[in-house]
Amino acid sequence: MSTIDTHTETPVTIDETPPGLLRRILRQRQAKVGLALTGVIVVLAVFGPLLLPWLTGYTSTEFAGRPFQPDGLFGTDNLGRDVLSRFLDGGLSLLVFAALATGLGMLVGTAAGMLAAYQGGWLDSVIMRGNDVLLALPQLVFALLAITVLGPQGWVVVLVIGITHAPRVARVTRSAASAVITEDFVRASEMYAVPRWKILAKDVLPNITGPLMVELGLRMTYSIAAIASLSFLGLGMQPPAADWGLMINENRTAMTLQPWGVFLPVLAIAILTVGSNLITDAVARASATVEESK
Amino acid sequence: MSTLAPNMEQQTETALQVTDLRVATTLGTEILHGVSFALKPGRMLALVGESGSGKTTAGLACLGYFRTGLQHVGGSVQLTDGADLLELSDAGRRGLRGGSISYVPQDPALSLNPAMRIGTQIMEVLRVHGYGASEADRRNRLAEVLTDVGLPNDAAYQRRWPHELSGGQQQRVGIAMAFAFRPEVMVMDEPTTGLDVTTQALVLQTIHQLMTTHAVAGLYITHDLAVVSEVADEVAVMLAGRIVEQGPCDQVLHAPQHAYTRKLLAAVPDLAGRHRIGEVAAVTGAMPIVGVEPAASVRRPAAADPDTASLLSVADLRLSYGSATVLDGLNLELGRGESLMLLGESGSGKTTAARCIAGLNDDYTGSVSLAGKKLEPGTRKRSAEERHRIQYVFQSPLSSLNPRRTIGESVEVPLHMSGTFSRKQRRALVLEALDQVQLAASFIDRRPGQLSGGERQRAAIARALVNAPSVLVCDEVTSALDVSVQASIIDLLRTLQVETGMAMVFVTHNIALARHISQRLAVLHAGRIVDMGPTDEVLDNPQHSYTRELLTHVPAL
Repeated sequence: MSTIDTHTETPVTIDETPPGLLRRILRQRQAKVGLALTGVIVVLAVFGPLLLPWLTGYTSTEFAGRPFQPDGLFGTDNLGRDVLSRFLDGGLSLLVFAALATGLGMLVGTAAGMLAAYQGGWLDSVIMRGNDVLLALPQLVFALLAITVLGPQGWVVVLVIGITHAPRVARVTRSAASAVITEDFVRASEMYAVPRWKILAKDVLPNITGPLMVELGLRMTYSIAAIASLSFLGLGMQPPAADWGLMINENRTAMTLQPWGVFLPVLAIAILTVGSNLITDAVARASATVEESK
Repeated sequence: MSTLAPNMEQQTETALQVTDLRVATTLGTEILHGVSFALKPGRMLALVGESGSGKTTAGLACLGYFRTGLQHVGGSVQLTDGADLLELSDAGRRGLRGGSISYVPQDPALSLNPAMRIGTQIMEVLRVHGYGASEADRRNRLAEVLTDVGLPNDAAYQRRWPHELSGGQQQRVGIAMAFAFRPEVMVMDEPTTGLDVTTQALVLQTIHQLMTTHAVAGLYITHDLAVVSEVADEVAVMLAGRIVEQGPCDQVLHAPQHAYTRKLLAAVPDLAGRHRIGEVAAVTGAMPIVGVEPAASVRRPAAADPDTASLLSVADLRLSYGSATVLDGLNLELGRGESLMLLGESGSGKTTAARCIAGLNDDYTGSVSLAGKKLEPGTRKRSAEERHRIQYVFQSPLSSLNPRRTIGESVEVPLHMSGTFSRKQRRALVLEALDQVQLAASFIDRRPGQLSGGERQRAAIARALVNAPSVLVCDEVTSALDVSVQASIIDLLRTLQVETGMAMVFVTHNIALARHISQRLAVLHAGRIVDMGPTDEVLDNPQHSYTRELLTHVPAL
C-alpha cells in the first residue's frame, strides 16, 4: 500500500509581534493631528513663562500701559498689563493642575475599582454604592462647595477635581477588571498564594491598560475644562496670578474693544481640549483592535 | 412556495457541488487552496481536520457565507439547478439559507435566542421562508419537526425558553430549526462537540435518522474521527486549506492512503487501548499503554513503608451551593506514583472535586489529606510545602497564562513564592522545567500570544512542575486541544510520571483516554463516585449501571 504525502508548506509562523499600542496609536491620522495640537499648547505653556521678559519686555503682572489699549502685539488687559505676557504665563498652572487632578483620580479610581472587582462581596457593595453617591453630585457644584469651605487654593482644586473623577474611573476599572479576574491565570496566582496586591498589580492591571488609557485621556480633557471653569468663576487661581480661565473673566467686559484678552486663552483651551480628545479617540480605537485580535 | 422532499430517484444526483473553492483573507493570504467536494441526497460527508485547517470556512462557503476578513477568490458552489451560489446577490443567498440550505452551529446555547420561546424561534424560520399556506400549516410543521428530532411536540414544550432545556435538547432544537423548511443540504459545524457522550449518541442518532429518511445531503464538520465513523458515509480530510484525502468512510478510516490521515488516526485514543496514541510525529512515543502497576513502583525505595501506602486521601468530601449539591460524599485514595482518572460528564462535580483537592475551592466539608496530614481548605491557609506538593493544571491553556507576562515570568511564579531562590537559580529551574515539557529554552522570553495551544499547555504544565510536586491534578488538560496535540500531551504526562514518580489525578470527560493515561479509574456521577477500580477492571466489568451506559455510548472507530 502506497502512502501519499502532500508537502504542504508548514504555516509560516508570524514571529513579528503585532505592533504595540503606541505604534498603532501613531498610525492613525487623528492621533497625529491631536498630538500636534496638544503639543503646540503644551510647548507654549511650558516654555512661555521662561521666555517672558525677553520675548515681550514685561512680566505677567507688570503694568504695560493703560487698560484695554492696543499697545504691544496683542494689547493690554483690564489693568493695563500686557496680554501676550499674561497669556504665555497663564497656561502652565492649568496644565499642571489638570495633570495632577487626573493622576489623582486615576490612582484612586483604579485602586478602588480593582479592589471592588477582586474582593467582591460587601467591599464591592460599599465601594460601588459610595461611588453612586459621589456620582449623584454634579462635579462643579461639589467643587464650588469644597472651595468655598476650604478656600481657593491649588491643592484644593486638584483634590476636588481628582476625587470627582475617581468614581467614574472606578466604574470603568471594575468592569474591565472583573472580566480579567475570572481568567484562570488569576486563579493560578491565587493557588500559588501570591499576595493579593501583587495579583492586582501584575496579573490584573497590565491586562486592563487599554480601557484605562482611554479613561485617562477622557479624564484629562474633563480636568482641563473643569479647572478652567473654576478659574473663570474666580475659584481657581487668584489675581494677580496669570491664568487662562481667569483672563477670560477679567477681559470679557471689553471683548468688543480688545478681543485678544479673551480670544487667546479661549483658543488655547479649545485647541488643548480638541487635541486631547483626538488622542483619546485614537487610543480607544487602537486598544479596541487589541481586544479583537486576541 | 413549498418544497417537497426530494424523491428517491435523485439519489445519485448531486445536491451541492463545490468546485475548486478558493478563499483568501482580505490581506491576500489564501486560506483555502482549491477545495472540491460533492454532497449527495441522503448521504453524509464528513469534513475532518484539526483547528485552522479551514474546515469551517469551507462549510460556511456552502451557505455562501464568508466570515469578516475573508473573501471568495475563486471556484464555485453549485446547486442542483446548476446555479452558482456565490454568483447570487446577498438577498438571493439569504433566501436560500435556512430554506434549501441550512446550518447547525456548534454551540446551541449561543445560537438560540435566550429571549425567545423555542416554538417561536422555529416558527420564525418557517414564516421568513413562507412555509405552507397558513399559520395552521406552519403550526403543524412545527409539531412535526419537533417529533422528527425526538422532542415532545406539545404546546407546553413549544413555549419553553432555551434555558429550560438541556444542552442536548437545545442542540436538537437547533437541528429542528435547520430542518424545519425541509432543506436539501444541511451543514453541521461540530454539533456534538460540547455535549456529553450519552447526549452525543442521541443527537447523532437523530441526525442520522433525518438524513436517511428525508434524503437530505449533509456536510458534517468535525475534528472527532470516532464520531465520523458513526455518522458519515464519506470522509474528506483537510490539512492547511486542502483536502488531502477523500473517499468512503470505511476506506479512509481503515485503509488511509495519506500520511496525514494516518497520523490523525494514530492520535485518536481508543477505549480498547489497541494502539498507542503516543506514536505521533514530534512525540517521543516511548510510553506504551499504561501498565497495571503504578509507574513509579520501580523506583519506589520501600514499598512496604506503611504511611506511603496512600499519598493523597479524600474522605467524605461534600460541597453544595444553596440547595444544589455538587459533591455528595466523595472518597478516594491515591497511591504514590499512581495515576487515577476521575471521569465524569458535565455537572458531575469533577472539576469542583479537583479544585477542592488543590485548595482552589475552600467551601467544602470533609477532609483532604496528603501523606496522612489533613490539609486546610484553601491554598492561602496551607503551608508553602503543602502547596508545592499538590499542583493543578487548568483546562484552557488560553486562559491559564497571563498574556502580558513572558513564559519565564509565569513559570517562575511558584518559585518566587517559595522565596528561597536567587534570580539565577530561578531561571535555571525554569529552563529545566521547560526542558522537561519539551519546550526549547527560547520559549522563556516569549509571550503566550506567540505560542500554539499545545505549547501553551506545555508551559502551564511546566509551571506546575517547577516545584517538583508529588501530586499533579490535571483538569481536562487536553479537552481544548486537537487530537494530535492531545496525544503528545498525554505522552508527555506519562513520560513525566515515570521520570519524576509523581502521582496524578487526571480529570476528564473523555473515557477513551482511560487506558492511555491511568492505572485506576473512578467514575463520578452526581457528586459521588459510582465505580472505582483498576482501569481494565472498570472498563471490562463495570459495576454500576451508569458506567455501563457510558461505555455503550462511546463512539469508536
